[in-house]
Amino acid sequence: MFRNLFRLQTQVGSCLSLSKICPRSQHVLKYSTATTERKRFYQDVSISQGEGGLFEINLDRRKLKTPGGKLFTVPNEALAIAVATEWDAQRDTLKFYTMHLTTLCNTALDNPTQRDKTQMINAALKFLETDTVCYRVDEPHGLVELQKNEWDPVLHWIENRYNVTIGSSSSILGPEIPEATKDTFRQHLNSYNFWSLTGLEYVITQLKSVVLSMGIIDRHLSVEQAVLLSRLEEEYQIQHWGNVEWAHDYDMYELRARAAAGTLFVHLSSESTTVKRKLMQD
Amino acid sequence: MAALSSPLRVCRGILKELRAIHGAAYKQGPMYSYVIDQFRKNQITGERYCRAQQEAHHDAHSYLCLLASTRSQMILHNIYHSKEERSMESAAGLVGLRLPTQPGGKGWEK
Repeated sequence: MFRNLFRLQTQVGSCLSLSKICPRSQHVLKYSTATTERKRFYQDVSISQGEGGLFEINLDRRKLKTPGGKLFTVPNEALAIAVATEWDAQRDTLKFYTMHLTTLCNTALDNPTQRDKTQMINAALKFLETDTVCYRVDEPHGLVELQKNEWDPVLHWIENRYNVTIGSSSSILGPEIPEATKDTFRQHLNSYNFWSLTGLEYVITQLKSVVLSMGIIDRHLSVEQAVLLSRLEEEYQIQHWGNVEWAHDYDMYELRARAAAGTLFVHLSSESTTVKRKLMQD
Repeated sequence: MAALSSPLRVCRGILKELRAIHGAAYKQGPMYSYVIDQFRKNQITGERYCRAQQEAHHDAHSYLCLLASTRSQMILHNIYHSKEERSMESAAGLVGLRLPTQPGGKGWEK
């Protein structure tokens, strides 16, 4: 009996000493607490470069991990700094719904829906059949004019840029997208890497339009312009009936934040910087 | 078509947002030095239409939009959506209305 007690004591003792020896034990951040709010438990946020040139985020001395338990790694420095700023911007409580870049990185790292590139491209192109910019109304007349003046230029631009036909329609079924158009886009989207595709699909889902998303990604439109075009009918109704700040403005800012986060994510994940020095010639 | 504000305004805007986030110590974060660095790097270019410069400008504009709209969204959230349940007076007061009063009571009160 004494031997058992002794064994129990050593086991408990070893557990305690183990936790004292390595305080840097991997901290699993629980994202899923819906009811209780997580308080900010760290003072400093910093980034560090780990193995393979990937960047990691450090909260105090602990490394950030994704909800899936993986180490949070980012391929480039700019994105890492932006994520660190998001974490640093939290005050007393952690508001995960404002940390859009972190959410996108988590999605790209964990891939919870287990999709590959082809599936994501198909999902993105499916939006083309119900693209906001292609759905026109027949009345009221002011809205028809507005849609024609604002959406047609974007449509022309994308048709010229990618050499495709999309067209617009006011029937309930929407426009008929020819297969050649889809193939062109499929080929173009295939040139993006997985991270950029995650961001691009996010923007498409938020703006409900492939045309507008490609407009931002190709830097033809700014984020504010694309959000305005996406919410064109709402803006029309607001001008007619008035603005409700806690709904309209709130939705607009949320959409802007998400679209901006998505497009920044795409651009940062797909660019690479090289510095070429020009020699001064006398 | 992307009619963006000038790089100077974008840079100032981002720095303003950073100051709103961090307070007085905003110059010490990694983002501050990165932003200043990037703007300086892309300032001087030998070509008239420099694609990298345009791309950096667009990215900076997107980041400014992200910071500004996140902050505005949080402000609105704290004003309107953070309280648990409001009384009828304050709920009506949100849209600038007042509850109707009937002098003399409604008849079914004691």
